[in-house]
Amino acid sequence: MSSDRRANPSDVLRPRNVGAPIKRTEDPRLLTGNGEYTADRKPDRPLHLAFLRSGQPHARIERIDTSAALGAPGVIAVLTADDIADDFKPVIPFSRMPNYHATPIVPLASRKVRYVGEPVVAIVATSRYLAEDALELIEVDYEPLGAISRAELAIADGAPLLHEEAGTNVLLAREFKKGDVGADLKAAAVRVGGRFEMTRKAPLAMEPRSYAAEYEKRRDAITLYTSSNIPGIVRDAVSESLGLPGHRLRVVAPDVGGSFGSKGSLYPEELLICIAARKLRRSVKWTADRLEDVSSSSQAFAEIVNAEMGFDANGIATSLQADVIGDVGAFSIYPWTCGLEPVQVVSFLPGPYKIGSYRGVVRGVATCKPPTGPYRGVGRPISTFVTERLMDLGAAALGVDPLEIRRRNLVRAEEFPYRIASGIIWDKTGFTECLDAAAEAVGYGQLRKLQAEARKQGRLFGIGIASYAELTGIGSRIAVAPGMPINTGSETAKITIDSTGAITAAFGVASHGQGLETTLAQIVADDLGARFEDVRVIQGDSDEVPMSTGTYASRSAVLGGGAAKHASKILQEKIKRVASHLLEANADDIEVTEGRAIVLGTDRAVTFKQIAKAVYSDMKTLPVEAREELTATYTYDPINGTTAAATHIAAVEVDPATCFVRILKFVVAEDCGRIINPMIVDGQVHGGVAQGIGAALLEELIYDEDGQLLTASLVDYMIPSAPEVPLMDVVHIESESAVAGGFRGMGEGGTIGAPAAIANAIADALSPLGIGVSILPMTPERIFKLMEQAKGREDE
Amino acid sequence: MTTEVSVTVNGETYHVPDVEPRLLLSDFLRDLLGLTGTHVGCEHGVCGACTVLVNGDSVRSCLMLAVQANGAEIITVEGLGSPEELNVLQTEFREHHGLQCGFCTPGMLMTGEDLLRKYPLATDEDIREGLSGNLCRCTGYQNIVAAIRSAAVKRTEKAS
Ligand code: FES
Ligand code: FES
Repeated sequence: MSSDRRANPSDVLRPRNVGAPIKRTEDPRLLTGNGEYTADRKPDRPLHLAFLRSGQPHARIERIDTSAALGAPGVIAVLTADDIADDFKPVIPFSRMPNYHATPIVPLASRKVRYVGEPVVAIVATSRYLAEDALELIEVDYEPLGAISRAELAIADGAPLLHEEAGTNVLLAREFKKGDVGADLKAAAVRVGGRFEMTRKAPLAMEPRSYAAEYEKRRDAITLYTSSNIPGIVRDAVSESLGLPGHRLRVVAPDVGGSFGSKGSLYPEELLICIAARKLRRSVKWTADRLEDVSSSSQAFAEIVNAEMGFDANGIATSLQADVIGDVGAFSIYPWTCGLEPVQVVSFLPGPYKIGSYRGVVRGVATCKPPTGPYRGVGRPISTFVTERLMDLGAAALGVDPLEIRRRNLVRAEEFPYRIASGIIWDKTGFTECLDAAAEAVGYGQLRKLQAEARKQGRLFGIGIASYAELTGIGSRIAVAPGMPINTGSETAKITIDSTGAITAAFGVASHGQGLETTLAQIVADDLGARFEDVRVIQGDSDEVPMSTGTYASRSAVLGGGAAKHASKILQEKIKRVASHLLEANADDIEVTEGRAIVLGTDRAVTFKQIAKAVYSDMKTLPVEAREELTATYTYDPINGTTAAATHIAAVEVDPATCFVRILKFVVAEDCGRIINPMIVDGQVHGGVAQGIGAALLEELIYDEDGQLLTASLVDYMIPSAPEVPLMDVVHIESESAVAGGFRGMGEGGTIGAPAAIANAIADALSPLGIGVSILPMTPERIFKLMEQAKGREDE
Repeated sequence: MTTEVSVTVNGETYHVPDVEPRLLLSDFLRDLLGLTGTHVGCEHGVCGACTVLVNGDSVRSCLMLAVQANGAEIITVEGLGSPEELNVLQTEFREHHGLQCGFCTPGMLMTGEDLLRKYPLATDEDIREGLSGNLCRCTGYQNIVAAIRSAAVKRTEKAS
């Protein structure tokens, strides 16, 4: 073989890491207790915060007496709204949306409280125990202003106003319209509809929210360690509010114990802890206990949807009409606003279907509860629940199989890009492919036979299907939250080879369980031509890249991955140029792989270490003009974003005696484009589905008429434990997407499809009794009541 | 009124003076001994994140006072293996992707160790039952069960 025969470049460049189930870089530290979560930080002689929170749903603060608390052992300071009035500017969750009233965010309630759990007074003491002891010595007199416990009450005439400045409790109103829904519904062969509800839910990350403001005296600077998935946004907001420039305010999200949205907004406690650290010139720590976390972290869902769908005689959905009321809680969250969740519901209601005409109206209504905010799936769990229930109702009315009615209505392969009736554009995605693959994996035909058998024996056995599509990796053309002015559409990667030849890749994303240290390193390794184990990924640190917003909205693989690819490419070109000097070869003849630059088809090569030495350390190896710093920064913006889709199928059995629902089978067929790490993708689906099971069967934050939370402990707020979660089967359809690398986002999908699939399965199981499913979670208590009512009807 | 607490943790003996009787074992381990591998997820005995082994039995360290552990032998997650040399169960967690955010993981590992030492774990249902007092919000449990199953198989292979 002649030595100058060229290897095929595509052989050399074939991805080695992307697509492989590479074991995670994060794991060795996390498995051995060597992770560092915010509460694990050990700053020098830290002080500890405790909050006195409102026990009143809605009241004027008449008097606060902190004198006794101030004298308590270990107490260093007691802070009320008046004490810190000059230390910050309120943070305004701005939006360009018409008919939206922004509500300012302040660290401590001033003049009045608006929900049970709102922070009113902060105590700083030498230990957490002592700070909590002193809370009991604070006296607050309240003048009750009347609780607003439900959205329907908030919009009633004469309801007390939560925000007088807004002049209304309706903080947001919007309408989406296409075609003539009224006429189409009138013309429909079959109309189905109802009132659907998903109750209030907690994202409930296992790590409670936690902050540590570490004060640096010599330059009046703060490093805020925060259990946040948006450290960059927090940095910018705190900087603005406290008047601290970014180089004196570093915000770091270290290891974060899950978020699912609950750590994806700015919190009053983040402002307060920085104010306290600055005032006292000391480091301050705070970690929520579980009660505080459940009753003050952003919550989810809480929407009522009155909807109607019309079908023609062939089972084609022609029209959809929906009226959504979102119970958004007492405040808009920053930066997403209270519009995030409810507006998303009306945006996504048409789902993956070609529904001709649409009218969706939405109102976000203030009540005396903690704010709702982002939660895994945002809006889509409920839009999917409603639309998929309507599909099944339509199928039943027309005598069509649920699988078939979806097949008739899904956007087909040749019809992409497709603009659905609410205006969202789906790019080419495997909608029908997912449906078919899920049906095949679950053995749909066989399952229906099993069901027929079970029914003969009087068992309540049901099968449920849910298909959905979502937008992921959203670029700058679309605001992640409606009308929000912050650009969340781009992401920066900065990749550097230092003078020792070590590779560091810094990103603005902030992993909190997704394994981005691994997946982004996989991409960098392939595209730069490095060995996977040589790439260190840094993220979640506002000092590392100039712009970072964080990890949310299924954006990090798409945006971070895209930035990684581009920055890697730029850096690789630099490596080639240096190598061409060192190897005396044409840069075009050099390939970079496994941490070496090689003249193609020869054994002449230099390592990254040799290249770095030549650039940074050697006196004369390179001419001056060839000594380019080995670093590349790229900010990637996919402009639009990309679609991801899936079909979930569940088989359940309802026990008529206990009313418990057992999930017998669960299959997910999903299209997240090019898979970076299949092991991690499966893990995301499993976890998402488990949360969807919680939403479908167990989890509910119950507030009574006085605005008191009745389910603040993990005994009362039940999340799925291992016995409640079935074995899941995940099938992947990898249709290439148009964004860099062909990735699609997929961190949220499990939670979007599962509630709807389970709801449909329960409805199917209970259909012999004439029971429908219109509210989630379907707790044993709800099922029991519905069965009793059904019996009552029979008896009549 | 404070007392001295003497404990052996991961083979090392500590004599800690001036321990308040109300101090939780979880806070004692984390704040006084600096062993922050033990996590606190609820402080009311439900989530299992704080699980440690006390005299060979799994215990929720948020439900035990430090003074009650006086004289005890405790093993925490730091006592299992090191990043360079994971123990069998830790290795299986990594192989099977049995952790995402890692917050529940120390408790899962300590409960897993306890299950592996004491029970036959004949079926995966047995493993799921055994884990029912440990909450994980990330993984959906499937890969945790697979990791413990695999460790159980290895344990049997080693024993035979
Ligand atoms: S922290 Fe101990 S059981 Fe949750
Ligand atoms: S891995 Fe995050 S809670 Fe279990």
